[in-house]
Amino acid sequence: MRGGNRFLAAAVLAIITAVALAQVVQNEYFFFASYVVLQFVVLATAWNILGGYAGYVNFGSGAFFAVGAYTAVALIKAIDAPLILQLVAAFVLSGLLGFGVGALTLRLRGIFFSIATVAVAVICETAVVNWRFVGGSRGLAILQPAAPLWFESYTRFLFVVMALIAVLAVALARYIQISWIGRGLRAIRDDEDAAECAGVPTLKLKLAAAALSGALMGVAGAPFPLYMSFIEPTSAFSLNYAVSALAMPIIGGTSSWVGPVIGAVLLASVQQIVTVTVSSELNVLVVGVLLVGFVVAAPEGLLGLTARLARRSGLARASIRTPGDDTGQHPRVAEAPTDAGRP
Amino acid sequence: MTASVLAVRGVCKRFGGFAALSGVSLQVRPTERLGIIGPNGSGKTTLINCISGSARADAGSIDFNGVDITRLPAHRRAHLGMARSFQIPRPFFSLSAAENVLVPIEYVRHRGSLHGARDRREAMALLEQMGLADKADLPAGALPQVDLRKLELARAMAANPTLLLLDEVMAGLSSAEVDEVLDIVLTLNQQGVSIIMIEHIMRAIMRFSQRVVCLDAGQIVAEGTPAEVAEHPEVRRIYLGA
Amino acid sequence: MTPELLIEAVVAGILLGSFYAAVSIGLSVAFGLLDVPHIAHPAFLVLGAYGAYLLGRHGLDPLLAGALLTPLFFLGGVAVYRFYHAAFERRGSDPGLRGLAFFFGVAFIVEVGLILTFGVDQRLVEAPYIGKSLVLGGMRLPLRMLVPFAVALALTVALSLYLSRTFAGRAIKAVAQDRTALSLMGADPVRVKQWAFGIATATCALAGALLIILGPVEPGLGRLYIGRTFCVAVLAGLGSLPGTLAAGLILGVAESVVLTSFGASWAPAVAFGILLVVLAVRPAGLFGR
Repeated sequence: MRGGNRFLAAAVLAIITAVALAQVVQNEYFFFASYVVLQFVVLATAWNILGGYAGYVNFGSGAFFAVGAYTAVALIKAIDAPLILQLVAAFVLSGLLGFGVGALTLRLRGIFFSIATVAVAVICETAVVNWRFVGGSRGLAILQPAAPLWFESYTRFLFVVMALIAVLAVALARYIQISWIGRGLRAIRDDEDAAECAGVPTLKLKLAAAALSGALMGVAGAPFPLYMSFIEPTSAFSLNYAVSALAMPIIGGTSSWVGPVIGAVLLASVQQIVTVTVSSELNVLVVGVLLVGFVVAAPEGLLGLTARLARRSGLARASIRTPGDDTGQHPRVAEAPTDAGRP
Repeated sequence: MTASVLAVRGVCKRFGGFAALSGVSLQVRPTERLGIIGPNGSGKTTLINCISGSARADAGSIDFNGVDITRLPAHRRAHLGMARSFQIPRPFFSLSAAENVLVPIEYVRHRGSLHGARDRREAMALLEQMGLADKADLPAGALPQVDLRKLELARAMAANPTLLLLDEVMAGLSSAEVDEVLDIVLTLNQQGVSIIMIEHIMRAIMRFSQRVVCLDAGQIVAEGTPAEVAEHPEVRRIYLGA
Repeated sequence: MTPELLIEAVVAGILLGSFYAAVSIGLSVAFGLLDVPHIAHPAFLVLGAYGAYLLGRHGLDPLLAGALLTPLFFLGGVAVYRFYHAAFERRGSDPGLRGLAFFFGVAFIVEVGLILTFGVDQRLVEAPYIGKSLVLGGMRLPLRMLVPFAVALALTVALSLYLSRTFAGRAIKAVAQDRTALSLMGADPVRVKQWAFGIATATCALAGALLIILGPVEPGLGRLYIGRTFCVAVLAGLGSLPGTLAAGLILGVAESVVLTSFGASWAPAVAFGILLVVLAVRPAGLFGR
């Protein structure tokens, strides 16, 4: 599959670039900022698996993120667990949380799932604030271990780790999107009843998507305590995660794995620049306004806008006769039937 | 005695205070062509919904090929060999016509196998059969009503059903198109598919059905061959007011 | 827990419950009757509370402030619905994800806007009746709870009667059931819905005032009330206003008992818990249609 090979090449290139940057770049702040951007790429991609593909809106992404972070903290405190174990545990626990919320509410209308995610956010935050083992409301200082071989600082190491996670998350989202699983999820989003009658096991698929989405958010959160050298509930459960995880895919475009990546890179980078110059609340307000603006005026996001422009200028597109269209935009019959022109 | 493909016994369905179905029973034999007629609001679509699993019957039982499916979710009934079309076409609007047909192929016909070029080829073959091949990559949302009805049928056929439930699949079609669809459906039947067809187009029902059932106000008021049902006093009263 | 403590908890719960009913009737109308995924309703509530706070700084009694703000909120609600309808409902059958994301964005903008304007600290109002208590039969009933109880009761009953006795009210119930039939009878469904949404938002002015009488407010309060208002609206049975009162009382008492037994931090979880149980067991609620 040509699209797949191209993606694999790009993915390997991205990881190699990340490792190279970790060796070469002098400015330590670059890694602090880039880590955050990569983290949001994972969050946005995770959100989109359930939100964009299946149509179920998670308002409580912060909870899944924080559960991942606090799982890591608990493991560090209890058994001084290595990072890989923290990542796996966060994946499992946040995944179970996603599955649990889904099991309770995915049989019902979408809005009740969304409300349940708000509930989970409130309840988890309350639980953590009351849990002294992980520092409660006062928080806990986390000691960064020594940087592994080849890395100048632990932060650079975390940057590469997060780059790897981001590539894996995006690869997963892409696979789901172009596979029969993605078709099933989109069928559910378009008409759940008709999907059932067409043989799609809607509840199972939705539960799987909810679990995977939550699990990936947890993985995004697991390195957070080490990154900050500190953990406390207010920043871990910050509303910014909930809104950003939603806004980035919507602004980028929800129909494809490309959208959340674009949205996350754009928005997170802008946020990093703006937070330094302007207050962080104003910055967060702008995200909210952009969210509403795009939902109303450009529901297909930036991807949709560019696709519309591309169509108008007559670019050839992939069709069902050749495998997967990566933009997720509607595959069109090519005007000059070739395999060329895939983005 | 051949076992029936479908056995509906005493099915009731209420919506709030309104009884849409009051004790409906019918049987469909293998490869049989059953027509269902009745005025609007008589419960025809509700009956199809209860059979296909889109609605849960409040009372009664439904057996499909000997299996009790009364409590089964709709997708399991599809896996067992049931397919339906909707009265008002309900395609997956953001998917292309070809992808619409791919879904039942991937989730029913070739459930559990690797999905690839073969599924795509079969999807295109079905579209060709319905005359939609040139629109394969258009989003379903861009298709006109007539094509959507054909897509509904293609999607139902894609699942390789043993029982096909057609809900007014010919509404809005021209006379020539009605004959076209009838031919396709009759061919399917010859290949062994049992078919229940709800229709208002009388000549289609009469030409198509081996047996006809007439529903009124949630109950069966007449049952028999097309000729018998056409002569039935209740049916004449409903349709002619006589 | 001693019997006295239990009785006190129940009484407090009843007072609280009527208040919960009042803050939820707007949602019963907007979500229950009009089917709008109005997840920003609690945000408007908090907005109303801050409105009362602002006017309170000029010496206005919060109840008076709430009453004065009602027409303003009504107009705001009409505007919001018209925008929502034009942007989402007209385009197709189910706005779905976009409608939900829209209201979430609105709620978020309101919350951050309040943080930017007033800061994250708690705000409260002062009134002659706040701080005093009525002693009845050996129990202390704080007036800051009695006043919302009484006003909430009146508001809920009044709105209930409006919906069932007046022509406009019945039109609203009708549009919830069958908009085609309604338009055939000569009433424009969109205008009816916009009127209804206006009323739903208008209740947030008065209910918001009650909120800040009950206790101090801060911008994040809206999120806690998402659980409470939806719990009451769903438990009542979507669209049933008398049910709203019953559901509010049930939630109020349950929360009060949990608060007394387990402490304040777990009280918000009660609403979500009840909501999930209702959705699992009897989604139509107590008086659902």
